[in-house]
Amino acid sequence: MPEQQTFKLDSKTIPFRDGDTIMDAALRAGEYIPHLCHNPEFTPHGSCRVCVVSANGRHVSACTQQAMNDMEVDNRSDAIMDKRRNLLQMLFVEGNHVCPGCEKSGACQLQAVAYYTNMLSPHYTHFFPKRSVDASHADIAIDFNRCILCELCVRASRDVDRKNIFSISGRGIKARLVINSDTGKLGDSDLTATDKAVHVCPVGAILPKHRGYDKPIGERLYDRQPVSQVGDVAAHDEDDNHG
Amino acid sequence: MADKIKVATASLCGCFGCHMSILDIDEKLFDLVELVEFDRSPINDIKTIGKCDIGIIEGGVANSENVEVLREFREHCDILIALGACAVNGGIPAMRNQNTLQECLETAYIHGIGVDQPCIPNDPEIPLLLDKVHPIHEIVKVDHFLPGCPPSGATIWTFLTELIENKPISFPYEQIHYD
Amino acid sequence: MDPGKITSSIQLPGPGDSTLLLQHLVRIQAEFNYIPDKAVADLSSSLGIPAAEIRGVIDFYSFLHLTPRGKYDILFSDSITDHMLGSRELITDLTEKLGVTVGEVRGDGRVSVDTTSCTGMCEQGPALLVNRLAINHLDQQRIEQIARLIEEDVDLADWPKEFFQIDDSIQRQDILLSSMASATGASPDTLTTLLSPEPDNVLDILQDAGLRGRGGAGFMTAIKWRSCRDTAAEQRYVVCNADEGEPGTFKDRVLLQRYAHQLIEGMTLCAHTINASKGYIYLRGEYLYLLEHLQAVLQERRDLGLLANNISGKAGFDFDIDIHLGAGAYICGEESALIESLEGKRGIPRKRPPFPVTHGYKNQPTVVNNVETFIAASQIILHGAEWFKGAGTEQSSGTKLLSISGDCERPGIYEYAFGTSIRQVLGDCGAHDTLAVQIAGAAGVTIPSEQFDRSIAFEDISTGGSFIIFNSDRNLLDMVQNFTHFFAHESCGFCTPCRVGSSLLKDLIDKLHAGHAGHYDINELNRITIIMRDTSFCGLGATAPNPVIQTLTNFPEIYERQVQHTDYEPAFDLDAALEEARQVTHCFGPEAHIKS
Repeated sequence: MPEQQTFKLDSKTIPFRDGDTIMDAALRAGEYIPHLCHNPEFTPHGSCRVCVVSANGRHVSACTQQAMNDMEVDNRSDAIMDKRRNLLQMLFVEGNHVCPGCEKSGACQLQAVAYYTNMLSPHYTHFFPKRSVDASHADIAIDFNRCILCELCVRASRDVDRKNIFSISGRGIKARLVINSDTGKLGDSDLTATDKAVHVCPVGAILPKHRGYDKPIGERLYDRQPVSQVGDVAAHDEDDNHG
Repeated sequence: MADKIKVATASLCGCFGCHMSILDIDEKLFDLVELVEFDRSPINDIKTIGKCDIGIIEGGVANSENVEVLREFREHCDILIALGACAVNGGIPAMRNQNTLQECLETAYIHGIGVDQPCIPNDPEIPLLLDKVHPIHEIVKVDHFLPGCPPSGATIWTFLTELIENKPISFPYEQIHYD
Repeated sequence: MDPGKITSSIQLPGPGDSTLLLQHLVRIQAEFNYIPDKAVADLSSSLGIPAAEIRGVIDFYSFLHLTPRGKYDILFSDSITDHMLGSRELITDLTEKLGVTVGEVRGDGRVSVDTTSCTGMCEQGPALLVNRLAINHLDQQRIEQIARLIEEDVDLADWPKEFFQIDDSIQRQDILLSSMASATGASPDTLTTLLSPEPDNVLDILQDAGLRGRGGAGFMTAIKWRSCRDTAAEQRYVVCNADEGEPGTFKDRVLLQRYAHQLIEGMTLCAHTINASKGYIYLRGEYLYLLEHLQAVLQERRDLGLLANNISGKAGFDFDIDIHLGAGAYICGEESALIESLEGKRGIPRKRPPFPVTHGYKNQPTVVNNVETFIAASQIILHGAEWFKGAGTEQSSGTKLLSISGDCERPGIYEYAFGTSIRQVLGDCGAHDTLAVQIAGAAGVTIPSEQFDRSIAFEDISTGGSFIIFNSDRNLLDMVQNFTHFFAHESCGFCTPCRVGSSLLKDLIDKLHAGHAGHYDINELNRITIIMRDTSFCGLGATAPNPVIQTLTNFPEIYERQVQHTDYEPAFDLDAALEEARQVTHCFGPEAHIKS
C-alpha cells in the first residue's frame, strides 16, 4: 500500500489524495482556511484571494494550489492574516457594504471572514460606486451594491441550473455582475427561487423576497461562533441564512 | 492620585446611538468616571474642546461643520477613535452617496411629502453639505476603530479599559459586529 | 497600403463557431462604428452565446462599443513616450479645433476623440489611431490637417498616404537581423531546409542553442515544444503572440512588417516539430495596418505550396494559419488570457497549471511563442546552434531586439548580443544626461545611472525589449502616474488585489502628483504594493505595482519632494466637495468654503 501523502498546515499534518488542492485536503481534515469565492460544490475559481497561504514560502491561493507531499503551508501567521484582512478591506471599500441596513447581516460570509481576521475598519478610501438594486423579480431581489464578484451565482447558473443567467461585464474596477435577459432585469430572466444560483451568494447581493430579519440579533449564523467553526453560509439550511 | 484621563466626544453625521451605547456601560459608568474626566461632550454639554487624551467621534462627515469639529478633535486629542459604523465607513447616511446632492435636497425640500413651501434652505448659518458622506479616516488620521451600529456598551468598556490600562486591544468574538 | 480596404479584408468567419465571437465583433465594430443591439441578438442566436455574455465581451475590450463612436474615431496613444513628445498638448489642440470633448462623440456624430494604451509607435510618436489605423509623427501641422480632413468629411482612403507611413526604424543589426537582411519574400528552399531535420533533431538543436522565449519570461523553447509534442492529443496548435502591448515595445511590429515570411517559417517549423495542423497569429488591434500585408504573405505562401496542404511537397504535412485580431486589452499578451481571447471570450487569465503547453487553445496542447522567438528558432535551424551561441552569455544565448524610445537622438530597433551593458546601449542611441532607463515596460525595472553597467540578459535584466530613456529634465513621477493609470485601465478585474489595488494605487499616485499627499500616503503605497505583489492571481497584478516599488526604492526623492509636511492629508479635496452644495444653495461667500 502506498504511503499516505501529507503536508503541514501550520503545525498540523494533513493527509491528502492525488489531485487535492490545499483547500480540499484542509476542509476534509476539518481545518479552516478563510475563503469567499470557494464553494466545494464548484470548480475552484481563485479570484477573491482570501484563501491566500504561504506554501513553501510562495504565496498561493489554497483553493487552486495542488497539495504536494511534505509541503509546508502557513495559514495562520500574522503576516498571512494581515494580507487577508487587506483583501477584505479592499472588498469593503470597493462596494457599498452598509451592514446595518442589510438583511443578510449576521449570516454574511464577507462579514464573518472579516471578523475572523479581526478587521475593525475598511481602512482604505471608499470608492462609493453608483450601483443599483433590481427588485423586478417576484421572488428574488439583487442588490449590486453588495456584490463581491465571487462568480458563485455565475457558476451555479451555468453549471448546475444550466441557465446562464449571470455573467460578468466590464473590466478592472468597472467589472460588474450582469443579468442575461432582454432588459437586463432579473424579472425578465428565467431565474426561479429554487435555482442553485439563488442559494450560493456568500453576501447579501442575491436575496429571496418575502422574508428578512426573521432571526433576532444574537441568534444569527455567525453571531456567537466564528466562521471557522460554523462554516460557509451556503452550506447551511436556507432557514439559517437570514438575519 | 494621578490626573484623570481627559476624554471628549462628539456626534457628527450620526444618530447619537453610539453615545447612547456609551451610557449603556451602565453601572460601570461609576468606574469610568473614576478614571476619566469628560471634556467637550454632549453628555455634559461643554461646547469647546481643550487638550484631551482621548477623542471619540460618532458619525460620518457630511457637512462643513463636521469637518471643522473633526479637525478640532484631531488637533486637541492624542488618541482619536472612530466609534460606530458611520464614523468607520459612513454608515446609513452614506447611502445618500448613490444620489447627487441636488437629488437629495430636492427630494427632501421640494418634492417631499408634506412640503408646503418648497425651497432648498440656504441660510449662510447652515453648514453646507459635502457631495458625499465620508468616514472620518478619509479626513483625519484615526488611531482606533470600533465598528457596530452601535458598538455595544460592553465593547466600548472593553476597549476603554484596555486602552487606559495600556493593554493590547482585543475583543471577545461576540463584541465585534458591523451592525 | 490602402486604409479604405481594411474593413473588407477582415476575415469573415463561418457561422456557428463560438470561438469566432470576438472576430465577428471586431468586424462589426469596424463596419458600424459600434456593435448594434441587433448584431448582439443575431450573434447570440447563431453562436448560442447568451446576449449578456456577448455584451460582457464587448465591454471587456477597449475597441468595442455598444454605442456609436464618431465616424472618425480618434484614439491618441497615451504612453509616457507620447507624453514626452507632447501628445497631451496635441490632444487639446485637436479637441479644441473640432469642438469635441475627450472621451465623447461630437453632437453630429462626425468624430470622437479619446486616449488608448501605448500603440507601439513609441519611436515615431506622438501617435494616434484613426478608425484603428496608425498615424505617427504628429505635430501641430499634422493635427491641423487631420482636423480639416475630418471637418471636410474626406474618406479615410483619400487621406494623404504619408500619414499612414510606418517606419522600420532599424538602427542596429546583429546576427539575427543581418542573417535575414538579404532573405526577402517566400523562399521554398528555405522551408525545405527547415523541414528536413527530424523533429527530434530540431528540438535538440534548439536545446543546444539555448533558445529562450523572447517575450520576457525566458522559458526554454525546446522544452516548451517538446512538452507540447509529447502530450497526447487529437490536435495541437501553434500560436504566435503578436499582441505586443507592453508600453515602449515595438520590435514585433517591425518584424511583422519586414520579416513576416521568416515568422511564418518559424511557425511552420514549430508545427512540423510538434505535429500541429493549425496555427494562429494573435495580432493586437493597434497593428491593424499590418493585417492586409500579413494576409497577403499567408496567401502567397499557400499559392506556393508553403502553407496549407502537403507543405513543401511533404505528403500529409498540413498546416495553415489564421489571423485573429485583438481589440484593445493588454492582458491578452499573457498567454492564457490570449488563448481565452483566441477562443472569442473575455481575456481573463486561466489558472495555471495546467499550462497551455498541455491544455491550451480548445484545451489542446498549444505552443504560444513571441514573434521574435519563432523567427529566432527558424534562423537557428538554418544557421546552426553554434552560430546562435556565438552571441550572448552562457545563460542567455543569442541576441535581443530592443525597442528604444524616450530621450535619445536615434530611437528605434537595436539588436544586441545578450550581455550588452545599458551604458553601451545608451551611448549607441545617443542618450545624454540620462536620469533613468525603464526596461521591460510598465511592469519592468527603473534603472538609475549608478546601475548602467548592468546588462541585458536573463540572469541580470530580463526584458521583452522595452527600453525607455528619461533624461534629468524629466520627473519620473510622470512615468509612475502614467503606468499606474495604465494598469488600473488594463486590470481584467478578476481578482480582488489587482482589481481594487490598481485603482487605489492610481488614486494615491494622483493625489501625490497633485501635491496633496502626506507621509502616511507613502506608507499606504507600500502597503498596497505588497498586497498586490503577494496575492494577485496572475503576473499582471503581481507586477502592476512595480513602477511604484521600483521608484520608491531607486528614486525616493521623487516622492519626498511631493509630500506635504504634514503626516496625514484628506483623501479628497474638501473644498471641492462643497461645490455642488454651493451651486444648489447659491451660497458663495467665505463661509461656503473649507480651508485646506
